[in-house]
Amino acid sequence: MINLLLFPIILPFFFAIVLLFFKENIRVQRSLTVIGLLAALTSSLFLISKVKADGVQAITLGSWPAPFGISMVSDMFSALLVTTTIIITLFVVVYSFSSIGKERERFFYYPAILFMITGVNGAFTTGDIFNMFVFFEVLLIASYLLIVLGGEKRQLRESIKYILVNVISSALFVITVAYLYSVIGTLNMADISVKIAEIGQPGIITVIAVLFLIVFGVKGSLFPLYFWLPGSYAAPPIPVLALFGALLTKVGVYAIIRTYTLFFVHDIGFTHELLLVLSILTIIAGCIGALAYFDLKQIIIYNIVIAIGVILFGVSQMNESGLSGAIFYLVHDMLIKGALFLLIGIIIYVTGTSNLRKMGGLMKTHAPLGWVYLIAAFGLAGIPPLSGFVGKMLIVKGAFEAGNVVGSIIILASSLVVLLSVMRIFIYAFWGKPVELPKTDRRPYRSMMIPSVVLVVLSVLYGVGTEWLIPYMSDATDVLLQPSIYIDAVLKE
Amino acid sequence: MELLMAIVIGILFMAAVYLILSRSLLKIILGTGLLSHGAHLLILTMGGLGGTSPPVLADGVTDYADPLPQALILTAIVISFGVTAFILVLAYRTYAEHKTDDMNLMRGDDEHD
Repeated sequence: MINLLLFPIILPFFFAIVLLFFKENIRVQRSLTVIGLLAALTSSLFLISKVKADGVQAITLGSWPAPFGISMVSDMFSALLVTTTIIITLFVVVYSFSSIGKERERFFYYPAILFMITGVNGAFTTGDIFNMFVFFEVLLIASYLLIVLGGEKRQLRESIKYILVNVISSALFVITVAYLYSVIGTLNMADISVKIAEIGQPGIITVIAVLFLIVFGVKGSLFPLYFWLPGSYAAPPIPVLALFGALLTKVGVYAIIRTYTLFFVHDIGFTHELLLVLSILTIIAGCIGALAYFDLKQIIIYNIVIAIGVILFGVSQMNESGLSGAIFYLVHDMLIKGALFLLIGIIIYVTGTSNLRKMGGLMKTHAPLGWVYLIAAFGLAGIPPLSGFVGKMLIVKGAFEAGNVVGSIIILASSLVVLLSVMRIFIYAFWGKPVELPKTDRRPYRSMMIPSVVLVVLSVLYGVGTEWLIPYMSDATDVLLQPSIYIDAVLKE
Repeated sequence: MELLMAIVIGILFMAAVYLILSRSLLKIILGTGLLSHGAHLLILTMGGLGGTSPPVLADGVTDYADPLPQALILTAIVISFGVTAFILVLAYRTYAEHKTDDMNLMRGDDEHD
């Protein structure tokens, strides 16, 4: 089963194509999507155990020798991200059954999700820099469809901006790959790493490193480049928002982590210092936004920005604690952001508004929702038994080891701001005087609760079962810290 | 030759940036078209403009143009073509709904849509 690492990419792709033929039949759409995602999940779990047992998996498509064909590489880091992606998508799809509405379901909603997952998983798995660009475009074009599907006035307006920003950053990606190709003369990521090590990263490579940071910073919403995110993400319906918030920005973060641990490791004093400063500014900008708004969606959206900053701060330390903390926090953040968006979607459904000032007293009528939200909020802030704790602790530990005391204090202070911003939602929405709720059906509420609660339970298990996960995380960290493992796996023989 | 191409591509990028910063939606889309032209020409130039024959195997020919950048450009062209078609239709729909193509009037805030 040498092709095992392709299954999480091919299966969603295959099911998406099949779904195109059953446009009107919603039952087929729903069941085939779930079957496809379950199959992909099974294969990705097999992939994790395979990577755990035998080390990094790499194949070159078409049996061409390594630097000449397209390599697909699955180390533990990408296998974990692929699995998390599929898990979140599965829950969002189940949540969509009762929240997205029949009209959208009949217009290629599920195929678009599956195509997007194809792109996300492909971007996590590829070992070729131009192939990564192609997979970025696959996921972006599917996301253009998802963000505009429904065609409300606000969606149209915001998707124009979203698409424009992404077209520009894609052009910049092509330009950067062209520069890299002219200097290095290869596109295979392992081979690029070898060649850069041979010439010892002269100035031009550092310029290309900064260009990559700009490209992936636009995708992943790094500090001066996050301007498009709050407006665009607030436009689509909640399940789409949950997918975007949990997955899309994380692809940019993954690409930064991959390039900054595999390619550009010879001038850390400049590149990683820049990453450090930008990530701290990202955290500060996110904190300001998270406190400024009285809108449920905006608060959580700015929490995405904060989390991006925290993860990249961990990466910029380039030591074992910092990197493994970043990996822990990345997986945690995907799970918990998915869960939080699904939960605030339920709050918006129940109250009929996303304005915090217009709600209150939900604890009397929707107590389970309140308690689950509280657990998710504590998990996001990193209260010890829950999932956000270990990642942030390792990141802070790594920062102290590297001597970045000020940065560590900012990380810790940002946790307080995160807690304050999500607790404000809890206090305004669940405590206080009950306001009159619009009449809503109780059945969608219950069926929306199930995937959200399971996702929160998963994130709690992720926090409680940290010890069980440590061997996997340390495998992932080893590959990031020692690029030679990755290179040997790709350029074998 | 590469220097001339670099200058031309620079002018294309300059025009693209100028158009993208304008207010009219259609000018912005024209700007993205110029931007992708510039990017594609840049791949071609950065791959090196050496080689006298097209990359097709033939007897007795040894000096081929680098085939890899051409394949990359072909991929990038169809991708940007798809995206441009989508964004044009989207602009048409947006114009129909919002009755304006002025980006400054498409601001909107969270309280009022």
